Amino acid sequence: MLVGARLSAIKGIKPHEWIIRFVFGGAVCVAAGLIAQHYGPVVGGLFLAFPAIFPAGASLVETHEKEHKARAGYEGTNRGRIVAAIDAYGAAMGCIALAAFAFVFWIWLPRTSVWVVFPLATLVWLTVAVGLWLLRKRLFHRPRRAATHRPHSS
Amino acid sequence: MSHEITESLARFFIGGAIVSFFAVLAEMFRPKSFAGLFGAAPSIALATLGLTISSHGAHYASTEARSMILGAIAFLCYAAATTWLLWRFKPRALTATLSLLPIWFGVSFALWLVVR
Repeated sequence: MLVGARLSAIKGIKPHEWIIRFVFGGAVCVAAGLIAQHYGPVVGGLFLAFPAIFPAGASLVETHEKEHKARAGYEGTNRGRIVAAIDAYGAAMGCIALAAFAFVFWIWLPRTSVWVVFPLATLVWLTVAVGLWLLRKRLFHRPRRAATHRPHSS
Repeated sequence: MSHEITESLARFFIGGAIVSFFAVLAEMFRPKSFAGLFGAAPSIALATLGLTISSHGAHYASTEARSMILGAIAFLCYAAATTWLLWRFKPRALTATLSLLPIWFGVSFALWLVVR
């Protein structure tokens, strides 16, 4: 399936949804800094990969899909939850890319300029994320067995 | 004290802006499995690592990044469990994501105990 971007989707985001994302994101960044200050960088670093807006994001995906189906005259509760599951599946692939981003920072930051590490780590994150998404069927999906090849059960 | 408040305010506004930016990308892209990649974008790291480097130095930030790998593995377990729960039993997304959040805490701190 081809990737597409809809700029019109931004118009569908309600003001309170913008505020939730901004406040949650900002609050988690402050919390990560305070935790690092009190417990040191080893514990603080864990929170750099905290799923900050994932619950709010998944909930909004479900709501938007449900509203979309309701406008078409359907009851979209189940559909909304399935789309939220697909979104979470994408996030799970994104986590591997997130670990690759952190790995680049860990290895290269003490040796190279910050101005090199930031773009390099971001590029690695994007490449791994998109690469995993493109290869997802080959890597994560189990092949469907044809009915004629089903083994006989004794 | 005023330096700490200034740094926290900077973290809040930069963090809020970067997290919102990735949230907009997640909203724009289709299909949803691709958009979901942005749900695990390094938004907090991008927002805070620059400030951490300027205030504590590169080695301190590098130590944080090493721990971030463990946090990302915990996030992977959490996101995989959320996918399974939503796909299999179809509860409300907010209920599923919030009730499974202890997985992130449990896995990340278990990994921290192993490697510390």
